Amino acid sequence: MNNGERPFHVRDCALISLATGLRAHNLREFQDGLSRAPESSIYHHFWGRFLQPRFDEPEYNNDFAAWAYRGLHEKALAERLSVLDPTEFEDIESLRQEVLERVEERLDENEFVPWARSDQIFFFTQSQIIVLDTGRVLNHPSELADSLPELALGSVFYHFIDARRRTMERIDDFTAWLEDWGEEFSPLCQKIMTVDPYFSSLKEIRNELTRIFRSFFGGGEK
Amino acid sequence: MNQILQQYGKVTGHEVISHLEQLAESLKGLKVVHVNSTRVGGGVAEILHKLVPLMNSLGLDAEWRVIEGNPDFFNCTKGFHNALQGFRTIIPESLLRVYEQVNEENSEELRPLLQEADIVFVHDPQPAALIKWMENRKGKWVWRCHIDCSRPYRPVWKYLRNYVKEYDASIFSLAQFAQPMPHPQYLIAPSIDPVSEKNIELPPHEVEAVYEQFGLKPDLPLILQVSRFDRFKDPIGVIEAYRLAKKVIPLQLVLAGGTAADDPEGEAVLEEVERASAGDPDIHILLLPPDAHRTINALQRAADIVLQKSIKEGFGLTVTEAMWKGKPVIGGDTGGIRLQVIDHYTGFRVRTPEGAALRIRYLLHHRERLEEMGHLARHLVKENFLLTRHLMEYLALMISLVKGFKDRIDVSK
Repeated sequence: MNNGERPFHVRDCALISLATGLRAHNLREFQDGLSRAPESSIYHHFWGRFLQPRFDEPEYNNDFAAWAYRGLHEKALAERLSVLDPTEFEDIESLRQEVLERVEERLDENEFVPWARSDQIFFFTQSQIIVLDTGRVLNHPSELADSLPELALGSVFYHFIDARRRTMERIDDFTAWLEDWGEEFSPLCQKIMTVDPYFSSLKEIRNELTRIFRSFFGGGEK
Repeated sequence: MNQILQQYGKVTGHEVISHLEQLAESLKGLKVVHVNSTRVGGGVAEILHKLVPLMNSLGLDAEWRVIEGNPDFFNCTKGFHNALQGFRTIIPESLLRVYEQVNEENSEELRPLLQEADIVFVHDPQPAALIKWMENRKGKWVWRCHIDCSRPYRPVWKYLRNYVKEYDASIFSLAQFAQPMPHPQYLIAPSIDPVSEKNIELPPHEVEAVYEQFGLKPDLPLILQVSRFDRFKDPIGVIEAYRLAKKVIPLQLVLAGGTAADDPEGEAVLEEVERASAGDPDIHILLLPPDAHRTINALQRAADIVLQKSIKEGFGLTVTEAMWKGKPVIGGDTGGIRLQVIDHYTGFRVRTPEGAALRIRYLLHHRERLEEMGHLARHLVKENFLLTRHLMEYLALMISLVKGFKDRIDVSK
């Protein structure tokens, strides 16, 4: 199917964080908070680091894993949580269940409930996402090759990461758009699938996508 | 793009400015008023000096008003400040009445403006009670708390909460500062202004000039703490740390600060600091006027290491300023310092003067680590703690207030 009529509207987004009122002093309370936290909180603790102030954790790339290590000194749990890749889950609820599973497993293994010091309490936070129009419209996939390097990081987040939660197909917006153009762009879609959205920064994702698009459209790997 | 936005674009990149313009698009013409209690001194006033013109440059109709108070009022609100930071502070009923009376008097003058505004940001406890006399307010009211109130002294918080709960939303700097409230609590970290006198790049001769100006020795390592003379900033602990480190490494200490118009305790603390430092020619206590921004900038650039050994800290903008200048910071393990000083990466977090002394010695012995940490510190601030990010979150919050509280707000349609 060639659906060249459908242009690609480039959007941007911003996140704003809110307190949920839920907190955990120990692993049992964490388990309880985890089961009660709104979906937007689970989302925030896995993805919020991309657009919110924080120092890149070299080892633990979600807030739950980082707290297990820094707050509870539970290295085993931190490792088990840090390896979770949210893109592999159908939805936020399944991701939540998997985190709960690993927390419960650790609780079963431990003779005592691990506690955090009073100044290392975990605070469940949630985010609201604000979606904006950049006014930029692309009419052909080749235009993405030139546009990608200039794309705002919020746009990369919205189209490449947030899309997986937002759309029925659970795929990024670039791939969804390219699929509309038929077989011609299937190899490009295959290449895009190799970009890891979770273990990279937004800048790295943007660079990698740019490289793939330029290579496909013959612009060279700059 | 107008001049003020261009100026910021040069530091942050134009992508950031374009993002702000998109966010502001749906807010154009919105009447926004900020209210606080001092126009000079302290981080809040510094932020508002720039945040308000920036909002205007993006098409909002923003203004900043300051409430008037008397000495009893500021004694009372200093008590609030201490109590919110967890110190048992008994505030006499008579002072609470003064607090209410001052707020009521200010509400008379501000009412026409505030009742008609679309969004009102009330900063800190001083003007928090204004809302009581604004029955016919039209817009959304937001209480912005800049204080570490993670463990407030309950009787005082209970009193203030009665006012705060009437607001439509509140903003805290960190999740741990948020208190249970019947409205949404947004989390926004503060920021520094990269183009202000306090943070712009300075020519080397201007940095070097501080040595002569304050009688400092160019050949001695310089450690610095910039902050109000306030017990929560632990200036006495800094002197102790300096003395411990000096046993091994020759060095000099500068304690630079001033007092804010709304801080009646400043002079008493300054006297304690002067007594503690008596007899040591390498301790320099500089009482600087509130507008000595360029001098502070030069001192921060001249320093080898910057300390912020606070016992309690809302956010610690002096930490951000030092990091922006590529300095590693040895900071108290508290409040917003934790968000900025990433232990062993952008500096060290310490709990005691002994800990601070150890880290001073370590950094002065390992100059390559000092440089590396300073570089990471500047990068962290550039990505996260500049005024443009702060403004972005204020704009996002205003969209959220105007469009209603939901997980996803799409203003692109």
